[in-house]
Amino acid sequence: MTLSPEEIQGWLERILLTVQKPGRYVGGELNQVIKPWDSVSTHIALVFPDIYDIGLPNLGLAILYDLLNRRSDTLAERSYAPWVDMEAAMRASGIPLYSLESKHPLSAFDIVGFTLPYETLNTNALNLLDLGGIPLLASNRSSEHPLVIAGGHSAYNPEPMSDFFDAFVIGEGEEVIQEIVDAYRVWRQAGSSRDHLLRSLSKIGGVYVPSLYRAEYYPDGRMAKFIKLVQDAPLPVKKRIVPILPNPPTRFLVPSIDTVHNRIAVEIMRGCTRGCRFCHAGMINRPVRERSVEQIVEAIQTALDQTGYEEIALLSLSSSDYSGIIELVDAAAQRFGKQRLTISLPSLRIESFSVELMDRLKEARPGGGFTLAPEAATDRMRRVINKPIQTEQLLETARAVFNHGWTTLKLYFMIGHPSETIEDVQAIVDLCKAVTAEGRKIVGGRVRVHAGVSTFIPKAHTPFQWVSCDSVSQIRAKQDLLKRQLRGSNLKLSWTQPEETLLEAWLSRGDRRLGAVILRAWQHGAKFDAWQDQYNFTAWLKAFSDAGLDPDFYSHRQREMDELLPWSHIFAGVRPAYLKEEYRRSLEGELRADCRTACFACGILPAYARQRMEAPGDHWKCPEVTPISKRIAHTSARIVRSE
Amino acid sequence: MRIRIHYSKLSPLRYSGNLDMQHSWERTLRRSHLPLVVSQGFHPQLRIQQACALPLGFTSRAEIVDVWLDTDCSIPDIEQALRKVVPPGIEIQSVEQVELNDPALQTRALASDYLATLLDHPDLAELQSRISGLLASPSISRTRRGKPYDLRQLVEDLRLVGTTPGAPLELSMRLSVREGATGRPEEVLDELGIPASSARVERINLIFSTD
Repeated sequence: MTLSPEEIQGWLERILLTVQKPGRYVGGELNQVIKPWDSVSTHIALVFPDIYDIGLPNLGLAILYDLLNRRSDTLAERSYAPWVDMEAAMRASGIPLYSLESKHPLSAFDIVGFTLPYETLNTNALNLLDLGGIPLLASNRSSEHPLVIAGGHSAYNPEPMSDFFDAFVIGEGEEVIQEIVDAYRVWRQAGSSRDHLLRSLSKIGGVYVPSLYRAEYYPDGRMAKFIKLVQDAPLPVKKRIVPILPNPPTRFLVPSIDTVHNRIAVEIMRGCTRGCRFCHAGMINRPVRERSVEQIVEAIQTALDQTGYEEIALLSLSSSDYSGIIELVDAAAQRFGKQRLTISLPSLRIESFSVELMDRLKEARPGGGFTLAPEAATDRMRRVINKPIQTEQLLETARAVFNHGWTTLKLYFMIGHPSETIEDVQAIVDLCKAVTAEGRKIVGGRVRVHAGVSTFIPKAHTPFQWVSCDSVSQIRAKQDLLKRQLRGSNLKLSWTQPEETLLEAWLSRGDRRLGAVILRAWQHGAKFDAWQDQYNFTAWLKAFSDAGLDPDFYSHRQREMDELLPWSHIFAGVRPAYLKEEYRRSLEGELRADCRTACFACGILPAYARQRMEAPGDHWKCPEVTPISKRIAHTSARIVRSE
Repeated sequence: MRIRIHYSKLSPLRYSGNLDMQHSWERTLRRSHLPLVVSQGFHPQLRIQQACALPLGFTSRAEIVDVWLDTDCSIPDIEQALRKVVPPGIEIQSVEQVELNDPALQTRALASDYLATLLDHPDLAELQSRISGLLASPSISRTRRGKPYDLRQLVEDLRLVGTTPGAPLELSMRLSVREGATGRPEEVLDELGIPASSARVERINLIFSTD
């Protein structure tokens, strides 16, 4: 028996005062879109599988919410993970997971779309399907159930979650989501089988339907074959990109309770040309495309009028690399500086120019710290990961930061690369102390240096996709060194528990067989894996053992260079040969320059030549591609002239 | 100029607390483009003053917020500007100008009237006798968050108002909201044996001293 929206509403009134922060569960925010249920043919639930506080500010879902609700034939509503107290209350009263807008149960929707930005949300996704009354396994769903799809960064290796989703979107969602809705409508009108729907979805560029493929394994566990089960299934599945970044969303939801980010977020640029070898985002979000300064400033203005927010975040993977950064910062400071807004500019390069940029925003930006991400502290490691920053350059930037009045500097580092030695880790300590000493000279005892030291996890589609994780004992030894030495009132250290790193390491490079592990882990009580106080390491170890799989096989094994990787049927646009070459270079300590300076043929241009031709101009940071026909016409015109 | 906005806080904002309402008003006012007064200093703040925090989960027909403006505007213009930008759950009733040096509303608040709709149809006679019992007691000692207090002192009035057969019972109460002596409707309900989850509570009036 499924409850009606009215019944759900009635039950909610009874339980909401018994849970923490009930405002998470009611919707009704400013700029929420509510359409009469029967006025549209396609009902879509967009789900962020963590709590409201974290999910509401998610930009990816905000984009899709906006785009889908612009369609007159479609409505999009939202759902987030209830916190454990609310989930218990819901289960006790028989309330299914419902949408915040109309309070319809998840199972009443035509399409349920999850975003999976990171792997530690996987068990939550299962939990939400279960709470929503939808069979967990795609193979157990029929035409009466919603189509369940997922996208987001962790979908670039969809295999571990392939049992649970009917289809995955690989890449950028702006265009493909429309095509999915169109295909769904056509299928509904035709009244054909669910299999038909899946087949038609697989014909859309960037859509991966896992049930149309099968994986085979060698006795030692490595993947032997990846076979398509129907002739017309694409292999590989190429990620989808939008050739021109559309106007950013401006009608942001304004929550009526506090969330992690209460702000306007404008993506100024997508992709990054730096080529840091550990960076998943940098590899999968190519090519670099920029929005114009006018487009960004207009979007901020519209969003301010529509939300009244007091904070603006200009997002990208590397703000300093945005071509019009000075122009943008000046325009923003001039236009919005008087309104007492906070404008944040994350991911700045380590150079004093970054300090100057932040300084230009200072009128608009009271207080706050300054963040830099050197990642490594020795030249050798910097060459390995391709993030060449000179120590002197970092110190100079730090001096500039302190000279401009900041007293807190946050530095991000990464430990755990397999070639890293204890000397490389000692260098992190030395560097933090050197920075603190510089700060002390300038701002005195008020100086604060905060070292955020994360642990390296090799990711699919990066040059390190073959390497083994550092052993847990090594990581502990390195963290102990940091904890022993990075002490004192001016220094603060934060790190990640090795057990938490392990989970992400297993899942991010897993194969299809991990579906059974994820299901078992959830059955053993795993959920909210991204929450330190909820993470249940034992449940995961039990799940691996139940499934007869060895977790180390996924995390602590150097893979063969010619091994068939579980995600090799997903093409993110960067050629596998290029990744191999980058890996070889990392072993040799050879750097690769920023590809804005020259094209190194990573593979994006041939893969997206048509899109590049459709979108000429310098908003792409790849060279232009001229159509062959035009090149011939150009040549013959010259011949004609010379005659 | 200083304006006083009388408004209703309706269902969509039931679960937004006092600090959340503060943010909600700040954003609403920014959207209105009215000439707001902003404090000086490192963390500039809009000059806003709310009266009498409303407990989480209640709706209200009697909320008040004072706002300072840099330049004088006509009241109808202000009302219109606000009505265009209020979020779901805020309904503007009226706007008036008040003296700049009027004391803070909070210091003048005496009592608040609440109407509780009882969703689970408790026994009428039983409830009536409990009410009489409560009112007849010289003192009722309770503890809230570990602190003992006398609930009876805070109840100025308590009576059944809605007794239409078939419809849910309605209970009206006037509770003190003086500083350091704030009566909470859910405490009264609990004393009457009614769980908070089976009542819908609305503030219907705020009473201020006139001096």
